[in-house]
Amino acid sequence: MSANIHIQVEDFDVSEEIDALTREQPEGTGAVATFTGYVRGDGGLSALRLEHYPGMTEREIARIAAEAGTRWPLSGVTIIHRVGRLKVGERIVLVAVASSHRAAAFAACEFLMDFLKTRAPFWKEEERGGGAQWVEAKSSDDAAAERWRKA
Amino acid sequence: MNVLYFAWVRQKIGHSEETIAHSPELRTVGDLAAMLAARGGGYAEAFADPKRLRAAVNQIHAGFDAAIAAGDEIAFFPPVTGG
Repeated sequence: MSANIHIQVEDFDVSEEIDALTREQPEGTGAVATFTGYVRGDGGLSALRLEHYPGMTEREIARIAAEAGTRWPLSGVTIIHRVGRLKVGERIVLVAVASSHRAAAFAACEFLMDFLKTRAPFWKEEERGGGAQWVEAKSSDDAAAERWRKA
Repeated sequence: MNVLYFAWVRQKIGHSEETIAHSPELRTVGDLAAMLAARGGGYAEAFADPKRLRAAVNQIHAGFDAAIAAGDEIAFFPPVTGG
């Protein structure tokens, strides 16, 4: 399984990423499932600032991707997470999973997002009005990741 | 040891990175956290409630009971909020 992991300030093109992922599959791929996360404009939010732990972030995401590869028959994974200041409506994260079958692609995509949220060392700060406030981790995200342990 | 701080932990402490000499009494991540908290000021604020903090040793998530040694990279940060 190939794993393309990018932490970047720049935006990404979902269509190009899907094409790149499918081009890597010499036999062709049966399915690609993708998830794209955007900055939501809840409660007067104007922008997010994303900080991360360079080095650990890439390693942790690689570990999560490798675990997904042991659970499902995946041929390739692309994970892109943006950092820096992102305005409402901008893309934050892309997870794209290639597999021969859709069930594996859907499940692995959800697994990767659940573990990105609870394991990858990123921190969001919300800009609202004149101030900025760190986002608190949600117990619902921990619960979403936890259910994969029982599965 | 190289000690790193992220997000509000970094803001309370006032810097993102420092070198701390390893000593025999610093056996675990928790020992290091207690030593830093005892410095007072922003450190005391950042480490006031260890339950709000997470740690990594050599870029791998670690509990406060994890062992530390000279040359390790140890990071303290809030629960992660990416995705």
